[in-house]
Amino acid sequence: MPDDLWMQLLKAAVVGGGICLLGQLLFDAANLTTAHTMSILVSAGAILGGLGWYDKLADWAGFGARLPISSFGNTLVQGAMEGAGKNGFWGILTGMLEPVSAGVAAAVAFGFIIALVFRPKA
Amino acid sequence: MGKKPQPEPWFQQLMDQKVPSKKTGRNCLIAFVSGALFCAAAQLFEILLQTYTELDTDTRRSVVLICVIGLVALLTGLGWYDKLGQKLGAGLAVPISGFANSVAASMLEHKSEGMVLGSGCNSFKLAGAVVVFGIAAAFFVALIALLLGAV
Repeated sequence: MPDDLWMQLLKAAVVGGGICLLGQLLFDAANLTTAHTMSILVSAGAILGGLGWYDKLADWAGFGARLPISSFGNTLVQGAMEGAGKNGFWGILTGMLEPVSAGVAAAVAFGFIIALVFRPKA
Repeated sequence: MGKKPQPEPWFQQLMDQKVPSKKTGRNCLIAFVSGALFCAAAQLFEILLQTYTELDTDTRRSVVLICVIGLVALLTGLGWYDKLGQKLGAGLAVPISGFANSVAASMLEHKSEGMVLGSGCNSFKLAGAVVVFGIAAAFFVALIALLLGAV
């Protein structure tokens, strides 16, 4: 176990809680739908990722920044920029989805299994 | 654009009388606390993986996400996620759990229309917005970075 275990957990809690709070404000105060809120958070993550700020936040807060959906936007940008660094314009498109594969593939594969196994509630 | 459709003024007045006011402050507190606990738990899981397994950093982080997604999909199938999600609001909707739930729930909900036309075609009903805006935003951000020579 790392020495700063509690500090790491606290950082994750503060940042993760803060992003969720922002989401709740978009729901309640700005009266946005879930889809709009998620789209805004993902786009914001992508823009902050392009500036290199989201990775800094994630280095500091760990899963406080990596668990919220804004991380999806950042991860897409990181993949696209890494691809662009290697293969220029084409690399944007070939590299973009590589790092998000785990999340998307897991969501679809597990969702499919759930749909096969369980019955929807009436 | 971007707002829910607003009802007629007379109906809005009636609703304001009948519907209890949204407790924004309370909802925000719940979202903060539940989101904080959720993220801290994920962080703890990563630290445990780091301590007790040989996985490299990228794989370890992916394993945490995959386990969260698997757990959420299971809770969705069992019908337990809905109650929890309604109580915790954005605390559960904003983390990757919201994405995983929306895929699993849409596939399950439309199962009766068939696995292809029901589950298959409806799987990205809500998560589609996340994927589309994520990819579109990432494309433009990366393109700008490329043109500025920042990659």
